[in-house]
Amino acid sequence: MRSLVPILTVLAAMIAIWYAGAVYLNANWAYQQAERQDRVLTTSQLIAETWSQDRPRLPAPHQVATEIWETTVEKKITSKRSLIYHGWVTLSVTLAGFGFGATLGIALAIGIVYSRAMDMSVMPWVIASQTIPILAIAPMIIVVLNSVGMQGFIPKAIIATYLSFFPVTVGMVKGLRAPSGMQLDQMKTWNASGLQGFIQLRLPSSLPYLFTSLKIAVAASLVGTVIGELPTGAVAGLGARLLAGSYYGQTVQIWSALFGAAALAALLIVAVGLIERIVTKRMGFGR
Amino acid sequence: MQYPVISARNLSLTFQTNDGPVHALKDVNLDIGKGEFVSFIGPSGCGKTTFLRVAADLEQPTAGEITVNGMTPEEARKSRAYGYVFQAAGLYPWRTIGGNIRLPLEIMGYSKADQAERVKRTLELVDLAGFEKKYPWQLSGGMQQRASIARALAFDADILLMDEPFGALDEIVRDHLNEQLLALWARTEKTIAFVTHSIPEAVYLSTKIVVMSPRPGRVTDVIESTLPRERPLEIRDTPEFIAIAHRVREGLRAGHEDV
Repeated sequence: MRSLVPILTVLAAMIAIWYAGAVYLNANWAYQQAERQDRVLTTSQLIAETWSQDRPRLPAPHQVATEIWETTVEKKITSKRSLIYHGWVTLSVTLAGFGFGATLGIALAIGIVYSRAMDMSVMPWVIASQTIPILAIAPMIIVVLNSVGMQGFIPKAIIATYLSFFPVTVGMVKGLRAPSGMQLDQMKTWNASGLQGFIQLRLPSSLPYLFTSLKIAVAASLVGTVIGELPTGAVAGLGARLLAGSYYGQTVQIWSALFGAAALAALLIVAVGLIERIVTKRMGFGR
Repeated sequence: MQYPVISARNLSLTFQTNDGPVHALKDVNLDIGKGEFVSFIGPSGCGKTTFLRVAADLEQPTAGEITVNGMTPEEARKSRAYGYVFQAAGLYPWRTIGGNIRLPLEIMGYSKADQAERVKRTLELVDLAGFEKKYPWQLSGGMQQRASIARALAFDADILLMDEPFGALDEIVRDHLNEQLLALWARTEKTIAFVTHSIPEAVYLSTKIVVMSPRPGRVTDVIESTLPRERPLEIRDTPEFIAIAHRVREGLRAGHEDV
């Protein structure tokens, strides 16, 4: 309860700045309209008009809120205009990409930790892969996969995988190397096999690192999905909503899709955090 | 002496470092008999821990020979001839105390019933009965180290290699644990090799004290203790105890002057 006051204060300040920004950015248009109609705007009229334009440069918070309400609660979720429909399209690809990415990331990390050759040869490529702008490589992936007959779900999931495997690899490599020399020596004194050392020592030691990486990876997967939705012709998904909004100057729609994506990311991170808490508690990590 | 459990002949180990070779062990000759309690004492860099690690097959000697139970250290390790207690307790935080002691038993493939029986028995041996379901963080440092000793005792190794197991503990806890360790040694009749840098600890515990000195790491004196096997803590005030402690101190000082 004590943290509620500062949180609400910051939130109120942000909304106030947003409203002020809407007045400032939309004032020009409001003045032009008034001039054409030979009206002179009072201050209160100006403010009212900047907060209620159809295609404002910056929509006011309540406009975005209304749009979100109308496209989630008031539309059927099967409708092409429902934000929940588009959100679900994005979410399903995000989860698939995240699943692939996490699996690939863990597999690469195990290879890198256990094979010196892989450590030397694969790790530089893993890092290099992330220096290529995703916006540049995403259309290439779509085009290449399209030419072999893959469309829609899979190409988008692969772009999401491309972004999400990296944090998992880096985190898992660090996690699997977390056991101290002493702990590894101890395993040796028990004449433990490599597999036993992996399952009993390295894997449990890596779990805290894994969950931290998974939180980053799930958010990265969502970003990858949204980017993957842009060049696919803006059919469905939050990325499609963003693109369609920018085609037609529908700023309110863009902002509501942005908030939809942010809410989805928050939801996913909270979900991973929840799984982390359950797993670490069951393992006895918690105090 | 009975046939030696650990026997080293001209054992040498040289580490190659960027600053040139470091002679961690040089021409070490030593026999440890069955049921003995041998302490290794000396300043840091004298090779006392290295000797233990060579016996445990965690380091490879560069010259000379060493046998453990008549085998090479590698064969001895693979036949699980010894339990090793490290400086830090090194308990797994995600396992209970019982689970930690069960870990080597699981790895070695003991049956479930046997595991449970051994966990119970060794916990009683180190005076931790009733703590089986607790997690390591719920125990004090001394209790954690006792649990790690229990872990090394849980399987049937008749040699116990201990590398400064009480080094990080305060003196009162250390006294208590030393007393318990002696009682445990008397009951289990294991052969114990114990690394320490505390003179009273070495004299109080040992039937034999190996004094070592650094650069190169070598044995400068081997003292057979004349103290009885039954040792209350008060024995540390007897003239006999003080005489042995004096000889250890002289040995350490002599090794130091050579440098």
